[in-house]
Amino acid sequence: MINFELDEEQKLIRETVIGFARDEIRPYAREADEKGAVPASLLQRGWELGLVQGIIPEEYGGSGSEHSALTGAVIAEELAYGDLAIAMHLLAPRLLTVPLVEFASSALKRSLLPAFCGDVFEAGTAAVMEPRFDFDSSAPATVLRRDGDEYVVSGAKCYVPLGSQAKHIVVLAGLANGDGTVHPQAVVVARDTPGLRVGGREKSMGLKALETTSLELDACRVPRDHVLAAGDERAMRRLADLWHVGLGAMAVGVARAAYDYAREYAKERRAFGQAIAQKQAIAFMLAEMAMEVDAMRLLVWEAAWKLDRHEDATREAYLSKRYASDMVLRIADNALQVLGGHGYIRDHLVELFLRNARGFATLEGLAIA
Amino acid sequence: MIDFELSPEIAAMRDQLHMLAEHAMRPIAREYDEREHEKPWDFINMMWQLSKSSGIGPGAAKDGKDKAPERDRNLRTVVAVEELSWGDAGLYLSIPGPGLGGAAVMAVGTPDQKQRFLSRFKDDKPVWSAMAITEPGAGSDSAAIQTTAVRDGDHWVLNGTKIFCTSGLMAGDATKSNGFVVVWATIDRSAGRAGIKSFIVDAGTPGMTVAKCEDKLGIRASDTATLIFEDCRVPLDNILGSPEVPKTSEGFKGVMATFDATRPIVAASAIGVGRAALDFVRDELKKQGVEIRYGVGPRKLTAIERDFMDMETQLQAARLLTWRAAWMMDQGQKNNLEASMAKAKAGLVVTQVTQKAVEMLGPLGYSRELLLEKWMRDAKINDIFEGTQQINMMIIARRILGYSSKELS
Repeated sequence: MINFELDEEQKLIRETVIGFARDEIRPYAREADEKGAVPASLLQRGWELGLVQGIIPEEYGGSGSEHSALTGAVIAEELAYGDLAIAMHLLAPRLLTVPLVEFASSALKRSLLPAFCGDVFEAGTAAVMEPRFDFDSSAPATVLRRDGDEYVVSGAKCYVPLGSQAKHIVVLAGLANGDGTVHPQAVVVARDTPGLRVGGREKSMGLKALETTSLELDACRVPRDHVLAAGDERAMRRLADLWHVGLGAMAVGVARAAYDYAREYAKERRAFGQAIAQKQAIAFMLAEMAMEVDAMRLLVWEAAWKLDRHEDATREAYLSKRYASDMVLRIADNALQVLGGHGYIRDHLVELFLRNARGFATLEGLAIA
Repeated sequence: MIDFELSPEIAAMRDQLHMLAEHAMRPIAREYDEREHEKPWDFINMMWQLSKSSGIGPGAAKDGKDKAPERDRNLRTVVAVEELSWGDAGLYLSIPGPGLGGAAVMAVGTPDQKQRFLSRFKDDKPVWSAMAITEPGAGSDSAAIQTTAVRDGDHWVLNGTKIFCTSGLMAGDATKSNGFVVVWATIDRSAGRAGIKSFIVDAGTPGMTVAKCEDKLGIRASDTATLIFEDCRVPLDNILGSPEVPKTSEGFKGVMATFDATRPIVAASAIGVGRAALDFVRDELKKQGVEIRYGVGPRKLTAIERDFMDMETQLQAARLLTWRAAWMMDQGQKNNLEASMAKAKAGLVVTQVTQKAVEMLGPLGYSRELLLEKWMRDAKINDIFEGTQQINMMIIARRILGYSSKELS
């Protein structure tokens, strides 16, 4: 039955994350962007929120809450509202733990998950994107092939968050179908696997506080049970859907940050004897932002809700991420426009929002719901 | 707890209405588009019987005794209206029932007024009601209306001209139905918006004339009337709400609150038309062997796929905004902002979606052999009536900025 309200637990989590994003993340957003790093103390306080440990089953040391894509989307939006790069850093471990919780054998869970239930931040990541303009996560060019009791992975990856820090990486690769096509398969690769080489830190127009690296895999051998949900195409679609919802939710957060910033500025800034928000040209831009932020969020939540019901949500997840990617760029651009020349100056955060917003249409697999 | 699934009751009603839309509306959609000003009486009579017997659809009696549970009335209505408008928006608007006039009586009428005016929707013959707000010199600026109501003994005397009154003919002409028109008029022009009141005028009241019905771009099965009031006398207790002129414009806000209920309904109608176009395009593409590939790398999508995905996502965004606005009203929450968001988004989206659909299908789209071009014409009204897109953007802006209408106009 239709209901547009979060449940009590989700509201509580949201309140906590809102406070953290406001008090802890946002004040560091500019500095982190300029310095290209997230302060260690901030990471530690973020870790203590339990957003990573929460969904790890108790038997592996976590708090044992059931994994919910919707709750994940709420968390992702609120953290990204504070700052996208910091949010991605804080949640990067989930890129590994969520696929493990959902798809790994209990042996693999037992060997990897306890590391994420300790007192200090533990990096984890996923290597999804590839350095090619027509990258397609439904048919990755990184090759996975079976060799006896093991699998072998070869290929090149890029935009791997915390690539030099994470001890384990979920790598997206293509397994041949035998007819020239491939299907996507997620495989857990340890960083110290022979043949794996972490490249230098990438330089991007946005996300500057987040370390991302390239990755080369040259015939990396992995044990059989490191291939997650082998042969289960539905599971792999679900993983892609969770990535889409994660990024879509973060796009909502960035869009809302830009909208709020522009709205408050427009109420303060005066021209021709009144606040510029009193001019229709400005007011209508702000109204559109408000409307679209809500539209984006509803689409993302619908996809997340479907995932939580374990229904096929590929269409909803894909379309909502697509919509959110387009809209966040439009909103951030309009927000900058509301500030005019001031928006172009790094004294204000809108130029940072715009640089971060630009990435969504390109990026895949940098967040997970 | 977040849930996007309709209740089984609403889903069943939707499926029932879908059958009706497909089998009773689609086959006559073109005919009553071409034969403007003629009424689809068979359809009208059927809908009248149906609304009385089953309680489904927006024509369901709103006298508080109908079978539909109250708690999800607004959601039920938007779902029903989308389905009927998928069948045909013009025919949907021609369906007899309480409509906008009835909604106003339901919202602010006294028990006596509800009894006098709403019980007739149980009659054997179809009954319409209408809302007369717009004037030749006052559209979106409804506070500027010139029609006057002057008290004279036991009566209010109305003078003025109303235009663009949906179903004004069917509601106002006693030879068409035993209906009524809710008319906005000022009882004190110097009081501005505070002086504006609404009056219930029975069909056939002397002094009220249906002067003409407009020739329109679309929704041609529905009449859009000009009503002229010349010393039209209505009983004193036909005023909706208090006859006092308040010191503030609170009273006017009360009148405007009707829009919070009706805007999601218009949005839903828009979405129905948009979905009709989208469904048609999807079927045509399928026939041509074009598959929409969800999940494929974005740089691999064809232009057709991108267009189609844009259309369906926009439409779904509008639908979710609309459901939310209706759901909030059902929960007793204020939804002024959300109702305007739904209306602004839906009106814009379906205008774009239907125009794109015509373009995508090329000669098929432009041809009157098919219904696409009609849907494009029908869709546009949703961007205009019950508050234009721009008026709704203005309302959104005022709400998010905390501005009064004086601070932002």
